Amino acid sequence: MNVDTIDLNAGYLVLAAMLFAIGAAGVLVRRNPLVIVMCVELMLNAVNLTLVTFSTMLNDIAGQIMVLFVLVVAAAEVVVGLGIIVAISRRRPGATADDIRVLRG
Amino acid sequence: MSAGILATMASVAQTGIEPISGPIGIEPISAPVDGAVPTPEITWAALLPLIILGLGGLLLLTLSSLLKRKAPRALYPIWTIATAVLAVASVVPVWAKVQGFNSILWWDFRDLWWQPATTAPGPFSTLGGAYGVDGFSLFVTVLICCAVILTTLLISGYLQREELDGPEPYALLLLAATGGVVMAGANDLIVLFLGLETISIAVYVLAASHLRRAQSQEAGLKYFILGGFSSAFFLYGIAMVYGATGTTNLVLIKSSLAESIPRHDLLLLVGFAMLLVGFGFKVAAVPFHSWSPDVYDGAPSPVVAFMASAVKVAGFAALVRVFVAGFGQYAADWQPLIYALAVLSLVVGSSLAIVQTNVKRTLAYSSISHAGFILIAVEAASETGTAAVLFYAAAYTFMVAGSFGVATLVGRAGDGRHSLDDYKGLGRTNPVLAGTLTIFLLAQAGVPFTVGFVAKFYAVIAAVQAGSAALGVVAMLSAVIAAFLYLRIIVAMYMAEGDDGGSDAPADPADHIHVPRPAAAALAICVLVTIGFGLFPGWLTDMAADSTVVLVEQGSTDASTALPGGQTLIVDDEGNLVPAGDGAVAPTEASDPSADPATGDGAVEAPQVQDPAAAEGTASVERP
Repeated sequence: MNVDTIDLNAGYLVLAAMLFAIGAAGVLVRRNPLVIVMCVELMLNAVNLTLVTFSTMLNDIAGQIMVLFVLVVAAAEVVVGLGIIVAISRRRPGATADDIRVLRG
Repeated sequence: MSAGILATMASVAQTGIEPISGPIGIEPISAPVDGAVPTPEITWAALLPLIILGLGGLLLLTLSSLLKRKAPRALYPIWTIATAVLAVASVVPVWAKVQGFNSILWWDFRDLWWQPATTAPGPFSTLGGAYGVDGFSLFVTVLICCAVILTTLLISGYLQREELDGPEPYALLLLAATGGVVMAGANDLIVLFLGLETISIAVYVLAASHLRRAQSQEAGLKYFILGGFSSAFFLYGIAMVYGATGTTNLVLIKSSLAESIPRHDLLLLVGFAMLLVGFGFKVAAVPFHSWSPDVYDGAPSPVVAFMASAVKVAGFAALVRVFVAGFGQYAADWQPLIYALAVLSLVVGSSLAIVQTNVKRTLAYSSISHAGFILIAVEAASETGTAAVLFYAAAYTFMVAGSFGVATLVGRAGDGRHSLDDYKGLGRTNPVLAGTLTIFLLAQAGVPFTVGFVAKFYAVIAAVQAGSAALGVVAMLSAVIAAFLYLRIIVAMYMAEGDDGGSDAPADPADHIHVPRPAAAALAICVLVTIGFGLFPGWLTDMAADSTVVLVEQGSTDASTALPGGQTLIVDDEGNLVPAGDGAVAPTEASDPSADPATGDGAVEAPQVQDPAAAEGTASVERP
């Protein structure tokens, strides 16, 4: 593949990399657990965009099949994550990541 | 062994079984034009451990929710252990097939109806080449099942004590084990990702499963967020490697890398780095370790035993399979990264462990340092290194399960008493428990005549043989530092006075810790393994050395691998297995006659063997 020529596909790859970076930065700086989970989802979807782009660039269907797997896994992950967040909010309504700090050392 | 029987097996191999329709269409690229989607050939027998574990978990969950009355308390742990034992039993015939045995002890496998008859003896892959069945994956499968059994024994008493009874933890353990087994055998990066997520998601829930402890839920949330974060990196790495090579199948990646060397392909190297970030989080290697002390501290102690054993073992298995076996061609590029991870894990892990006052946190940092030890064996990227990884993983599983098993009991009701002060005087109030913990701690420190010593020895040997003597020195120095932290706990147990007064005072009955019988059994097993394999490590080292990791393409068998005992068998023109050297067949034409000649390259193992001694036993492996 040739990344040097600025074509549409490379643009998508750059866009995906930016989305991934935004998601990663969000996980690191945001305080609300729900927003953090959304940022993780953003990272996964950035990877999905990368996979679809590579799939078209390589003219190979496998990348798009992978996206379906990733979507399912992301959904399962969100279910578990929201469950844990709900369990914590029941105990402490409005808890942010700064409040969740019983464990430290 | 009789050549005639092997010939029969080989001829059966050529006929194959009927392709079974299934939803798995991993390889749609070569779809025929008539519209029929090709379904890959599936060797069900080789997937039996996986199926048993997964089905056992799902059935446990389903049946327990259908029960009208409350099931007897012992039902769930017995079911879980039976499932795990059954899975181990189903590994045995596959192991025999892979290693080329016809029988083990009195058990003859030739007439077994579920015997995987589709391939000649030797490692093979199934599910369209997405799942590899070799000694390595089977060894790890057994190890994960052992971790499930130990955790079940520990958690049954724990759940009773904490009044958390229910089938969910057991079902989650079995499902997590399924994910671990998938990781161990995944020959395709996307299958590896699915296995990784299966084990991770199950363990997120397990970590948060103590309903009444804020710490447990906090641990679950931290593990979930950092786990999801690392999974995203891992997946991005997969996407990069896919973009660079055009496939996610490790066998195809390996052969494509061998054919055309895109030496400065930035995409591929970034992919490696991203994958390593993902693996680093999963095995808690510095600098990706920040979650582990918090999570180990907050999560229920038996769950920590599972996290520290099964999850780490699965992570290292996948690391070896992807990097050593898959990207072996690029060892020069990824070895420095692993080198850095190993040094940092060793030094930071053992140094930070010393300043902790909480025993579970101390053990968490010590587990980081152990990860460093396994990483130096991975860095060797050789046969010896792989065997050392497996031996260390096996030893570590039992040592750490035992350590956290004692922590479970000493934590007492509420699972909160884990500070070093709570261990003071334990040698006086609970001499047996203290003695047991002492054995595990000494083993982790690497004292001779324990399995921990042998494990550390092999890891350092592998590093030195691969030319990384400096790494071996760092490892041994950090082992000295780490010995201090283990001795600190031992000193607290035996020499410090308890809170209740002088050491002459009679033991307070309230201080006596009730040890449930299953937990006692688990600790006894761990002690037996720790001491037994420390005194007689031969059997386990042989097993680990036989458990080579081999990437084989679907439909071919790597019959040219060395069989135990140094004898090498290859397939001759008539499909008979003959010892290598006797036959007129060149090794490149070995294996299934229907196989592509290029398969030989795909099946080659450990290309970065730098020391002739390390190549011992793989004399038959040819280089591309």
